[in-house]
Amino acid sequence: MLLRVNGDSQTTAATTLEELIQEIGLKTESLVVEHNEHIIRQELWAKTRLQDQDQVELLSFVGGG
Amino acid sequence: MSFYNTLEQFDHFDFSSFFNSVSDDRVRDCLTKEYLNAYDFLTLLSPKAGNHLEMIAKVAQKKTIQYFGKTIQLFAPLYISNYCTNKCIYCGFNHANVIDRRKLTIEEIEKEAKAISSRGIQHILLLTGESRQATPMEYLLEAVKCLKHYFASVSIEIFPLECHEYVLLQQAGVDGLTLFQEVYDKVIYDKVHLAGKKKDYHYRLDAPERGAMAGFRNVNIGALLGLGEMRSEFFFTGLHARYLDDKYLDTEVAVSLPRFNPAECDFHPEFPVNDKTFVQFLLAFRLFFPRAGITVSTRENAYMRDHLIHLGATRFSAGVSTSVGGYAQHQDQSTPQFEITDGRSVEEVVSAISSNGYQPVYKDWDRAI
Amino acid sequence: MNDEGLRLGDTTFTNRLFTGTGKFASNEIIPEMLETSGSQMITVALRRIDMQSVTDNILQYIPDGVTLLPNTSGARTAEQAIRVARIAREAGCGKFIKIEVITDAKYLMPDNHETLRATETLAKDGFVVLPYVLPDLPLAKRLENAGAAAIMPLGAPIGTNRGLETKPLIAMLIENSAVPVIVDAGIGFPSQAAAAMEMGADAVLVNTAIATAEDPVAMGHAFSLAVQAGRAAYLAEAAGQSVVARASSPLTGFLD
Ligand code: SF4
Repeated sequence: MLLRVNGDSQTTAATTLEELIQEIGLKTESLVVEHNEHIIRQELWAKTRLQDQDQVELLSFVGGG
Repeated sequence: MSFYNTLEQFDHFDFSSFFNSVSDDRVRDCLTKEYLNAYDFLTLLSPKAGNHLEMIAKVAQKKTIQYFGKTIQLFAPLYISNYCTNKCIYCGFNHANVIDRRKLTIEEIEKEAKAISSRGIQHILLLTGESRQATPMEYLLEAVKCLKHYFASVSIEIFPLECHEYVLLQQAGVDGLTLFQEVYDKVIYDKVHLAGKKKDYHYRLDAPERGAMAGFRNVNIGALLGLGEMRSEFFFTGLHARYLDDKYLDTEVAVSLPRFNPAECDFHPEFPVNDKTFVQFLLAFRLFFPRAGITVSTRENAYMRDHLIHLGATRFSAGVSTSVGGYAQHQDQSTPQFEITDGRSVEEVVSAISSNGYQPVYKDWDRAI
Repeated sequence: MNDEGLRLGDTTFTNRLFTGTGKFASNEIIPEMLETSGSQMITVALRRIDMQSVTDNILQYIPDGVTLLPNTSGARTAEQAIRVARIAREAGCGKFIKIEVITDAKYLMPDNHETLRATETLAKDGFVVLPYVLPDLPLAKRLENAGAAAIMPLGAPIGTNRGLETKPLIAMLIENSAVPVIVDAGIGFPSQAAAAMEMGADAVLVNTAIATAEDPVAMGHAFSLAVQAGRAAYLAEAAGQSVVARASSPLTGFLD
């Protein structure tokens, strides 16, 4: 399946958001996840199924003025 | 060089067409300028500027506070003699008036000094009529010597002197010279001064400058408003102040705006100055010369003076008597030089100043320091 | 005169120095800096994760009680700014949002037009909107009408430390705005922060000057003192003016 993650194409075997995040190997506590322009809270990552061509944004808070 | 050279430049100046040319915008421009030239000052003296008094007042108040803080300095006049050889048609001490002529002895001066200083006053203004015979230099020097014991600062308002005579008084302890030209218009000057040494316009005009040369710390000038066309008269007063300030850096220049009080005076001035115009002049001068003192005597009533506190006045006389020997003796008062219209005591003036949010200053200078 | 604090949205800030989390040598300094400066609001930014390296969670350095002010930096249009704002709120950052839309990469000037558009939408959406703008009075009025909670004019371009280059323009905002004016960007020294407060700004936001100081903790303290001093001076002057107003409404009214 081919996704767009943070603007880049990415092939994955993951079927849910949670699997995708585990696959990439991200720390989860500060992660903000957007799926097809909807914010998905952490509780729902496991239930959110991925489909081909989905857009996923993985964001986090950083320092800024 | 004399201030007369400056005056001459305006001999043919057309004041009324200048005033006619003043626009509201021109007035407003003057309010935002840091340094006002002579024409800006004249603009603020124009009838047109009279429509913008409140705006001008706001700026004047700000400048006054900027340079003086919220203070009013207090002084008292002390008349020690009413002998006068001049005939000024507007004055109660005029030679032609049959009045009880008096001159205080040094002992009497001391009594007056005690009476005045007991009320807290520290700045004294010594006044005489204009008679060299009655009040010669030796007498004046004695009087000053006596007053120095009671006051932190002594100023004089007497007949004009030579520079070397001013030096003697300065050395004796006099800090300030008050001397009014009365009227800058030469023709009118000649008309209202009928006889005596005072007829010499130039001798009087240059006297404040001689005082500055002699080293007086303060020189206070003024025109007696009402004698001449008022706007030009006050304009010349302002220019005279600036002339002295520019030329004598170590002299503090102040002005007074004495005017006739029509209700109290037998003399009817040709150009009476109403309250509004009076205030306009005071404000205009403050903008023209922010650092200068503005003395307001008890010729102005309590109501006016209390409001002038906020507008630019810096020096008030208080608890005043304008007759010779008026402080110590309560009976048998001699004729006053002019009627005072603010008859409040020192304490009352002080409390009026305080309740207006200003600080009354009894002593702002002491030679001894 | 008592300082009752600055109210933005439902929050009252008694400390008028706002800070930022950018450019610190180590994020560990941030809590200490917040402590010494007493700052009660701090900006954070939202970025895509860098998949290659481990990202530090900035939020963990910000103690409870300090209000988060997410900014929309990186946005080049109103729509992007709106999106970032919504993501930040969803992510639990609260209702505050600093709108920062920059289309000029050379001087980093805020795009006032896009900022106004984003403000209109986000204020309706219930955000406490703090738009970062080039000081412009008519624009400030529009922002006010659109529901901005404050106006954040820049003193000088971001990170330049040049101070209040826009002083006269900011003065106009202060004189005429119904909402608080918070000077943001360009303030490089405590003296400049004091000057901004002295002229009547309601708060200042300082990031670079604190974060890049040799000792950011001490500099945070210095800025806090400067902001307090400037505010006190402003209030002292305002108190003087109110006395005058009480004593004699119009100064020349007595002549009538
Ligand atoms: S004004 Fe002076 S000089 Fe003239 S009469 Fe009066 S006291 Fe004498």
